Amino acid sequence: MDFVRKWVQALFFLITNGYWNFPVTRGIYQGPLKVICSPGLNCYSCPAATSYCPLGALQQLMAGIRLALENGQIYVGFYVIGAMGAIGSFVGRMVCGWACPFGLFQELLHKIPSPKFGIWRPLRFIKYALLLFMVFLLPLFAVDAFGFGQTWFCKYVCPAGTLEAGLPLLILRPGLRESLGLLFLNKLVILIFFIVWAVLASRPFCRTACPLGAFYALFSKIKLVKLRLDAERCTHCEACHAVCPMGVHFNESPDDMECISCLACSKACKFNAISLEVGGLPLSNQVPYRPEKAQLEQ
Amino acid sequence: MKKKKKSQPSKIRKAPFVAIFVFLVLGAVGISLGEPSRVLEQAKQICLSCIGIG
Ligand code: SF4
Ligand code: SF4
Repeated sequence: MDFVRKWVQALFFLITNGYWNFPVTRGIYQGPLKVICSPGLNCYSCPAATSYCPLGALQQLMAGIRLALENGQIYVGFYVIGAMGAIGSFVGRMVCGWACPFGLFQELLHKIPSPKFGIWRPLRFIKYALLLFMVFLLPLFAVDAFGFGQTWFCKYVCPAGTLEAGLPLLILRPGLRESLGLLFLNKLVILIFFIVWAVLASRPFCRTACPLGAFYALFSKIKLVKLRLDAERCTHCEACHAVCPMGVHFNESPDDMECISCLACSKACKFNAISLEVGGLPLSNQVPYRPEKAQLEQ
Repeated sequence: MKKKKKSQPSKIRKAPFVAIFVFLVLGAVGISLGEPSRVLEQAKQICLSCIGIG
């Protein structure tokens, strides 16, 4: 299954970054596909990006709400939140496991041989604070004299933007190097920090700092496609704990907000206690567990 | 020894369908207000300050 997942991740990477003419144009894709929401974190200033990044678009809309309202336009982000919410209700953080280029990047970094470490679980709450403050509140309320806010998360934090847009644009347009300053240095340090951390620990950015992952995590209980635990089959052997890239103990917390539905635990479970379901119905035609029958067979 | 919980019987969950419907309606409201053109306008431009340059 991990093989299939890698191919799906590669496919999403290519679909959301399908503009390969950028070395010739030295610019970004400007066609109509950019009206489509990228499910994962994928900077729309990336020269190859063919869709919009939901986090970037949301901050832009928040930052511009006052000006838009003053001009009689009701641009308050319904379109972007609608797209993000529909994706979240459908698959939630399965996007992170299957469709996010930055998630894939971290997984590849983690394959580099090195000592490996865990991540202290309470750090996961940082991403919810980033979502609330840097994506919603600060862009909305910290406005300049003209009533225009800033895209706080993109500007000061997002390492995906530095990797996918900042660095490639500096290569494509050498003239831009003259305007580099402390802001870029700060972003470069953040990117390097997460790259090193991703070699040492599994998906550190996803687990601690991604506001998009935090948004999708809000749908963990109600999403249409999710994993379910068959409590009667579970022997509490804890095989699922060891393989989880997100530090989830699936048998103790089947609706965990960190779960990215990568299915590693389902594969590791020798008792078939973990399976996929769609809207409450099992996806595989697994035989329901009958304790009496199991005893007879022994 | 931990006590075994009972498996939940398979039953269709309504919540995901309601949530998907609500968000699709929200998206449709956004479309009727002309938000996609605003998103497209922004996504077509390189926002240098957004990526830490300038
Ligand atoms: S948490 Fe963020 S960066 Fe990680 S996979 Fe999900 S959307 Fe991508
Ligand atoms: S709980 Fe299972 S499906 Fe979820 S992230 Fe961990 S290993 Fe993957």
